[in-house]
This record gives sequence, C-alpha cells and structure tokens, in this order.
Amino acid sequence: MQTKRTVFPNKVLPYLLIAPQLLITVVFFLWPAATAFWQSFLRQDAFGFKTNFVWFQNYRRLFADPLYMDAFGHTLVFAVSVTVLSTTLALTLAAAAMRVLRTSRIYSTLLIWPYAVAPAIAGILWWFMFNPSIGIVAYMLRSLGISWNHLINPDNAMVLIVIAATWKQISYNFLFFLAALQSVPRSLQEAGAIDGAGPVKRFWTIVFPLISPTTFYLVVINIVYAMFDTFGIVHATTQGGPARATEILVYKVYFDGFIGLNLGSSAAQSVILMIIVVALTAVQFRFVERRVQY
Amino acid sequence: MVENRPFLNFLAHLVLVLGVTIVVFPVYIAFIASSHGPNDFLSGVVPLVPGPHIIENYSTMLSSGMTSSGAPPIGPMLLNSLIMAVGVAVGKIAISILSAFAIVYFRFPFRTLAFWMIFITLMLPVEVRIVPTYKVVADLGMLNNYGGLIIPLIASATATFLFRQFFLTVPDELMEAARVDGAGPLKFFRDILLPLSVTNIAALFIILFVLGWNQYLWPLIVTTDQSLYTVVMGIQRMAAVADAEPRWNLVMAAVILAALPPVLVIVAMQRLFVKGLVETEK
Repeated sequence: MQTKRTVFPNKVLPYLLIAPQLLITVVFFLWPAATAFWQSFLRQDAFGFKTNFVWFQNYRRLFADPLYMDAFGHTLVFAVSVTVLSTTLALTLAAAAMRVLRTSRIYSTLLIWPYAVAPAIAGILWWFMFNPSIGIVAYMLRSLGISWNHLINPDNAMVLIVIAATWKQISYNFLFFLAALQSVPRSLQEAGAIDGAGPVKRFWTIVFPLISPTTFYLVVINIVYAMFDTFGIVHATTQGGPARATEILVYKVYFDGFIGLNLGSSAAQSVILMIIVVALTAVQFRFVERRVQY
Repeated sequence: MVENRPFLNFLAHLVLVLGVTIVVFPVYIAFIASSHGPNDFLSGVVPLVPGPHIIENYSTMLSSGMTSSGAPPIGPMLLNSLIMAVGVAVGKIAISILSAFAIVYFRFPFRTLAFWMIFITLMLPVEVRIVPTYKVVADLGMLNNYGGLIIPLIASATATFLFRQFFLTVPDELMEAARVDGAGPLKFFRDILLPLSVTNIAALFIILFVLGWNQYLWPLIVTTDQSLYTVVMGIQRMAAVADAEPRWNLVMAAVILAALPPVLVIVAMQRLFVKGLVETEK
C-alpha cells in the first residue's frame, strides 16, 4: 500500500493516531456485525431463558417464509423502479442543462437542494400531497377519474414510496451526470456535427458511451440507496403497509428485531443484507478500476 | 453549443422548468399548508395560495409544539439535530484525518490490516446491523445521551479515503523540508498538513453535516427520552398520530423548519458542496 517516499520514524505515535477510529470501528461496526453473524445461528425461546445453536435453521425458515420472499420482491420492484426513474430523469435534466450553459447554474441551484432533505421528510411531503382526503395530487387524480388511496391500496402505496425516493435522489444523479457531461470533449461533438450527425444521434453514439462509467456507477449507488437509505421513507409513511405491500428488507430487519423481537431471524436477515452490500460494493470497486483505465 | 438550434434550446428550457417545478412543488405545497388554519383543509383540498396563519403556526411549533400528540416543542429538537449534525461531522473529520495521517506518513506493523478494518465499515451500514449495534450501545450505557447519538456514527471509511487520497497528492518535499528544519510529525501535521486541507475539510463538513442532520433510524432507536428527540425523527411522531387526522398545518410547519437548515447550507455553499460530494463518493 502506498505511502510517502520518506516517513516519520516514530514507533508509537501512528498507533495513537489511528486508535480512535479503530476503536469505534471495532466496537460499533465489527463487533455488532460478528454478533449478528453468531446470533443468526442461534434460536432463543420466547422468554429468553434458553438459547440453542440451530445451525442454518434461521436461514431455512427465512427462505421458506413467504413474507420474507415477498419483502425481497418488494425491494426488487422498489429498487429497480427508483433506479430507472431517477437516473433517467436526472440524465434528461443534465442533458438539457448542458444545452443552456448560460443559465445552467441557476437551474442547478434549483435542482440540487432536495439532496439535503431527509428521506423521512421527503416521504412525509409526498404522503401529504397524495393524502386521499386533502392531498392535492389525490384531488387531481380524482378529477381524472382515478381513485387513490395509499392507506388501503397496496399498489398506490408502492407508487408513493417510489415517487418520494426518486424525488430525493434526482439531485444526486443530476450532479454526477452534469459533471460527466461537462468532461466529454467538445471536439468529439463538433467532429460528429461536421460528419452530419444531429444532436440526438450525437448524444447516443458519442456522449452516452463516454459517460457510461458514470451511468454504471450511479446505477449501483442508486440500488444501494433504494435498498438501505430509504428506511425513513417507509417508516415515516406506510410503515410497511398496507398488507405489508411496502415492507422492504431493511424495514423488515428493524421490524422483526425491534417490534417482533425475533432476534435470530433478524440477525439472519442482517447477515443476508451484509452479503448484498458486500456484493454491491465489490461491483462498485470493479467499476472504479475500469474507470482508471478508461 | 455546437450548432444553434432554437427549437432544441426551447425544449431544454422547457424540460428544466418542468423538472424544477416538480422538484419544488411538494415543498411549496408544504409551505402553503403551513400558512393556513386547521379548518382550511376540511373543505377537501389544500389551498394553493398562502393563508394568514404563518406566524401563528410557526410560533406555536417553536414554543409549545404539538403537545397533544406527544411530541415535544420543535425548538429543542432543532437544537438536538444541530448538536448531532455538528458532532457527527466534527467527529468523523477529526478521527479520519488523524488515521489518514497515520496511514500515509508512517510505516508500522499491521498498517494494511488497520486500513482494511476501516475500509470494511463501508460495507456495514447501520441499517443492516441495527439490532446488535443497539445492544452494544445499550450495554455501554449510552442510550438517551448525546454520546450514544453521535459516537457510534463517527467512524467513516469515505472520509478517511478522501484525506488519504489528498495526502498522497501533497508533495513529498514539504515533509522532507519540514524534517530537515527539525519539525516533528505533530508540528508538521498542525502547521503544514492541516492548513493545506482546509478546503477539503470544509467540503466534507457540509456533506457530513447534512448526513448527520438527516439521521433517522439511529435517533429513533437510541432515544426514548423526548428531550433528546431530533427533529427529523420527531416529525414522524407528529405525522403518525394514530387516532385523529394529524394537524397538517402544524406538521408542515415542522417539516419546513426541519428541512430548512441543511437546504440552506447546501444552497449557500453550493460550490464547496458539489466538490465535496463528487470527490468523497469517487
């Protein structure tokens, strides 16, 4: 691993410098993760008197549990919808902002601030807009003949959290797409124009391939966001309902662990989620390597 | 522009105006709702123009809050959020810059191991190990205090990476010159490295402040004492009043107050924020 050509000779000082971070990492990250791993093989009776080592029983139960499989399905639908919507919209906006260079700073300012809004608050904002009795969007939908009630209709509830999560993520994607678009050499575009390619063709054949590393990075990051950072949206609005239709995996870990007090199952779910994060991080780092060669 | 196409320029503006409208609309509606009296919603739909109750609603929220629904006044919650956000940001920056300094400017046994241990925190977001982390914090007696709210969140692989990358770009000659002049590592760190890092620290602070302010799950589980509620999680308590319809005008006033500080920080420091965001994440 890289260091400086010459380094300070101290023997004890570096340990002191790194100790605070390592201490917190071990106590609050590694130890709990190890505990979750250990606990996922244990089973407690209802009163916590007896704990048995049950090998993979918690995992087997989970994968045999239709509710857990449903949560997987919801997470998949949710993550894919949010990723597709937020990257597409952000790319459209970023491409438009590139065309109007003179005013693009003003548009950027107006577009990036939702990054600072907490997921839970984004959820409540949209929850209010779609409120079946007083929400303005629900009112507009009603006048179009569409009845909306996210309190009882599972699909409506899913659409609602997808919209809230997408709304919050557009600004992040927009910034990265804008940076990527700005780094595409103008000479390439001009060469394309001289060869007679129109703006649309230039975009798809020149610009889009060149920004594909950013697109790929954003797809991974958006999946991570939708899977792990959206707990607040679900908890502050639908609470996983109606009929568990919006119960995504992170919500279920919390719910089964804190509300259901099923520690073995919650721990097994934690371990499964950790494996998913590790896989996604690995994919992301492969991308970073590729980007260096690019 | 490569070529001038008035229609496409018009289309671009149209797309952007539409995008901005969609992005701004929910917050506009929230603001409008926060300016009305409690009875203005009973007619069926939220009005589209501001009402006369702005000052009344906001001062209610700041002083007494929604005591009826079991949520504390919003003033102390805002203060808690501020303490938590600044605590998390300062803590992360402090421990990361020190460990990055150790990793780059020293060679010591287990250096690579330490680096990987820090790196692995990237893969363990608090949401996935929530129950065991709660247990550790409870065993340490850190429930319901600021320490429990802040300290478990301040390990950060991304901040450490950012400083490491930055330190690697600092010319080696600076450190060699400092050593020739007889400066020890701590003096070099304080008088040379820290001043060079000011921009990075500021950019990172903005990102981490927003991150800390917006924490939701962690304050939700480690605080049961109302005097420690942060504003983002407190709003959920207000909106989720089980029996009655929530008093939306007051909830929306709280939403605006909760969202405003981080949004203002980002808008005011846009350039630093963009730098911080794009550099930390890559």
